[in-house]
Amino acid sequence: MMEQLLTDSLNTAPITGMVILSLIVVMINALKKEPLATEYWVSLVGIVINIGLAVWVFPERGTAFSGSVMTGGYASVTAIIFLTAAALTIMLARVYIDKIGANFGEFFHLILFVTTGMMSFAAGLDLLVTFVGLELMSIPLYVLAGITRRNLKATEAALKYFLLGAFSTGFFVYGIGLIYGMTGTTKILDIAQNINAYSSEPLFMVGAGLMLVGFAFKVGAVPFHMWVPDVYEGSPTMVSAFMSTGVKAAAFSALLLVFTATFDFMHSSINTVVAVLSVASMVIGNIVALSQKNFKRMLAYSSIAHAGYMLIGITAGGGVSIAGVLFYLVAYMLTNLGAFGIASFIENSDQTGTDIDDFRGLYQRHPALAVILGVFMFSLIGLPPFAGFFGKYYIFVAAIENGYTWLTIVGVITSMISVYYYLRVVVVMFFQPEGEQVQTARFGREGAFALAVAAAGVLLIGVFPSVVLDWVSALF
Amino acid sequence: MHQYVGLIVLFPLIGLLINGLLGWKIKNEKVIGSIGSGAVGLSFALAVAIFIDMLGAAPEQRSHVVELFTWIAAGSFKVSAAYQVDQLSVLMTLVVTGVGFLIHVYSIGYMHGDRSFARFFTYLNLFIFAMLNLVLADNYVLMFLGWEGVGLCSYLLIGFWYQKKFEGVTITWTGDAGNKAFWVNRIGDFAFMLGMFLIFKEFGTLTFNEVMGQADTMAVGNSTVFWITLLLFIGATGKSAQIPLFIWLPDAMAGPTPVSALIHAATMVTAGVYMVARNSALYALAPDTMMVVAIVGAVTAIMAASIGIAQNDIKKVLAYSTVSQLGYMFLALGVGAFTAGIFHVMTHAFFKACLFLGSGSVIHAMHEEQDIRHMGGLKKVMPYTYWTFLISSFAIAGFPPLSGFFSKDEILWKSFADGSPILWFIGAAAALMTAFYMFRMVTLTFEGKPRWADDKHPHESPPSMTIPLIALAALAVVGGFVGVPAVLGGGNAIHQWLHPVFAQAEKTMALPEHHAHTTEYILMAISVAIGVTGWWVGRRMFLKDPNADERIAAKTGFLYRLLARKYFVDEAYDAAVVRPVVKTSDSFLFRFFDVRIIDGIVNGAGALAGWTSRTLRVIQTGVVQNYAALIVVGLVIVLGLIIL
Repeated sequence: MMEQLLTDSLNTAPITGMVILSLIVVMINALKKEPLATEYWVSLVGIVINIGLAVWVFPERGTAFSGSVMTGGYASVTAIIFLTAAALTIMLARVYIDKIGANFGEFFHLILFVTTGMMSFAAGLDLLVTFVGLELMSIPLYVLAGITRRNLKATEAALKYFLLGAFSTGFFVYGIGLIYGMTGTTKILDIAQNINAYSSEPLFMVGAGLMLVGFAFKVGAVPFHMWVPDVYEGSPTMVSAFMSTGVKAAAFSALLLVFTATFDFMHSSINTVVAVLSVASMVIGNIVALSQKNFKRMLAYSSIAHAGYMLIGITAGGGVSIAGVLFYLVAYMLTNLGAFGIASFIENSDQTGTDIDDFRGLYQRHPALAVILGVFMFSLIGLPPFAGFFGKYYIFVAAIENGYTWLTIVGVITSMISVYYYLRVVVVMFFQPEGEQVQTARFGREGAFALAVAAAGVLLIGVFPSVVLDWVSALF
Repeated sequence: MHQYVGLIVLFPLIGLLINGLLGWKIKNEKVIGSIGSGAVGLSFALAVAIFIDMLGAAPEQRSHVVELFTWIAAGSFKVSAAYQVDQLSVLMTLVVTGVGFLIHVYSIGYMHGDRSFARFFTYLNLFIFAMLNLVLADNYVLMFLGWEGVGLCSYLLIGFWYQKKFEGVTITWTGDAGNKAFWVNRIGDFAFMLGMFLIFKEFGTLTFNEVMGQADTMAVGNSTVFWITLLLFIGATGKSAQIPLFIWLPDAMAGPTPVSALIHAATMVTAGVYMVARNSALYALAPDTMMVVAIVGAVTAIMAASIGIAQNDIKKVLAYSTVSQLGYMFLALGVGAFTAGIFHVMTHAFFKACLFLGSGSVIHAMHEEQDIRHMGGLKKVMPYTYWTFLISSFAIAGFPPLSGFFSKDEILWKSFADGSPILWFIGAAAALMTAFYMFRMVTLTFEGKPRWADDKHPHESPPSMTIPLIALAALAVVGGFVGVPAVLGGGNAIHQWLHPVFAQAEKTMALPEHHAHTTEYILMAISVAIGVTGWWVGRRMFLKDPNADERIAAKTGFLYRLLARKYFVDEAYDAAVVRPVVKTSDSFLFRFFDVRIIDGIVNGAGALAGWTSRTLRVIQTGVVQNYAALIVVGLVIVLGLIIL
């Protein structure tokens, strides 16, 4: 008994480690005031150690705590994605939170709690663990969104996010309730064993549909996307960055685990729904992004569109899709964190100055930033040799192999539409003269390093996709 | 040793990264030049080590595939960054890195004082990197990466002095010449790609070994293989400057001379020959393509050689000579003498690189003068350049026992024995012209009285330039001894070395063995006689009267103009292809189709998207109740789809 407990704890070491780390940072924050260097470094080093732990337990594929948490393999890979996102966010935000007056120690441990939640969310094999993970991820985020509490826009964003988040979580938990009512268990693997029988029960399917609504809300799929532009625009930029990458990755990872890998709803009506959500997200996300004037808002619609592309992978199902979506998440995480990061660098201290016009002449002021942002924009379009190309490529291949050519066609056409608004940023940066108010970028050494890591990652994965593909393939 | 092959490719990559990223900061020419040359030198040293290691292994254990990493994988389609180390690729690697190294060293002296010194070495290293990928690749995709990479470098280096004027048909700037090279090559590259697609469709793989393995069981005359090989050959005519796509190479001389030597003489232009040789097993299955290859090669050889007679620009003469020699190589491939073709690639790399570098040395000394009518008498002031140039000229003219004699003679013999006497006759006639235009050039440049202006003070080039010349001239002398034929009591080492690579093709073609040596002796004697005649006539005629051209031109009239103006091929292409295409593009495709229809559709779609965008934005009210309401609507839709 004790031995089992010990093994289980060891195999879930990344999650346990993050809980401990979060608490340590809370304690540090409570015990001392000013400067934030300790919190920053403890968080960063702790995250790196946890990445190491996740790599270490990678071979221990299985379950822990009587089948309620997944260990190794998929759980490790997703944990590494979230932890990397958290580490890059903290580094990119180091100077930023100081600039916008959000230099509270809470910033760090809230990020750590969110990350812990993401890891439980994506590794939960018991619907209750999934739910607790979801909430642990979401509630600190509501706080983070409004961390600049004197800024009206941020407060509005936080409140909207909280209200709508709570609303959608209601559906999610109701779905869990219905499923439990039908099956008498919350263990995902037990349910999966009789999934064929349950699939014909309308009540079970309604439960699954309600859960899907919860997931769709978190990934920002149309028509559950309305919060995304308002919240991304209003929240402090690096919080939006973390939402658009980490949270989206967590929601997709959980969705992949529950719906694609274990329940395996291939060829059921759920699939039709996901396809509809996918098309709606791609079309509406890309088209509405065309007329955006604010960079963060544009990226918000772009993130809706990218959710649509990843939903193609969910629709297609199967091992290739899982690998494709995970690859996409990695590529998207690096690219978007970098893009938001650059926006945060040039933002004003009152959180204005994120309009696309504020990027005018960036090439003259900061050629390196302009070139790197150009790289990120090309990666978001999906042009080789950048990471975004292979992300789309693998998902499209999976879709075609599973008979969803028409979804791929929609994906390609909407990608073409997206070229317009991504390239506009490039045009503005390189070919338009500087505006009257010239903002000097502030990012510090940490920000520069994190940005270099993101840019190098985007390029490296784009040239050597196998670096990531080998990790995310054959996880199930 | 072969497992370290990745390093051979890596060294130039490191060199190019250092010079490319930090060159502007280093500034010191010696440092930049040493990094660039050193990178290629290291690759060469490693290639030699692998070669020696292979010599020690049994012939059947000399071929290896070294897989570095999976490059692209999607479903059943998988391409690796993998290198095939075998007799053929090692030989090519030795030539590319060895000759490349010498030319890098030469460039340190030649490019001295150029404001873009670092950029030059960056491009050169990039070229070596791409070329090594081309020759070492174990699959078509990686080969194509190298193929396109060398094309890019060619473009970048032809227009290297982009502010310089350059004269040609519809060309005014060096950049135009670069564009011409690039566009003409696009045609070939497109055919190459089609060939590649067809291979994937037919064989389901793009790895050389797997394709050749399947080809082993196919019947001779398979029509798909015919199209594959023909398309690949069209690709080769682009890169290796054969009819009909040869027109870019003479204008490629707009680039700095070391570039002409490295890319447009010794290595890149032989890529097509290498590619055909690499696919020998496929070509053996398509006798019709082989015949096309042989005819195109022979006709190119004689056509280019005849143009070479009437050129006055020292580099243009060498350029047409290169086209002509490449023609010989394809003639060899076409008659199934793959070894002879590769042998000529090697010897040609030696003497032609030496000739080009020698011409560079002359141009350098004459302060950018390239017209041989304004030279003469340089023998005394530039002894090293003269002697190395002369030796290489004897080599290309086929004087025994220099390298060119053995390789060219083998090609002529094979084209007689396995091809037809007509092919042999064309080749022999081209050889006569070769010897003639070479010694016309040597005589006009180096002998007789000086004809240059008084303000010019020619001088011998620095050691960094003369040492590579001497090394290449030495190779031009001894390089042929690896292929001394049996009739001359030689062991023909290169044949035995390459035999395993071409064994499959030779088995398929089942060419007859030739036992009677009499014919071979007679043909050999004729070759030597041709070389000597060309030398004697060319030297005598122009030693006596440096303006002999004018007399000939007056006598032959139109015929001479035809040669001097290169058969008007550029003009004909311009009138038949370029201008109609431009005109159609401009008046129909651009003004009507693009502006009206495409732009109409695009702008219409854009306007539609913009309108939709602005309309949909209105839904985004900012009021949270509306958002919640929409979530409920979405929920109803989702549940409706699930239950119904």
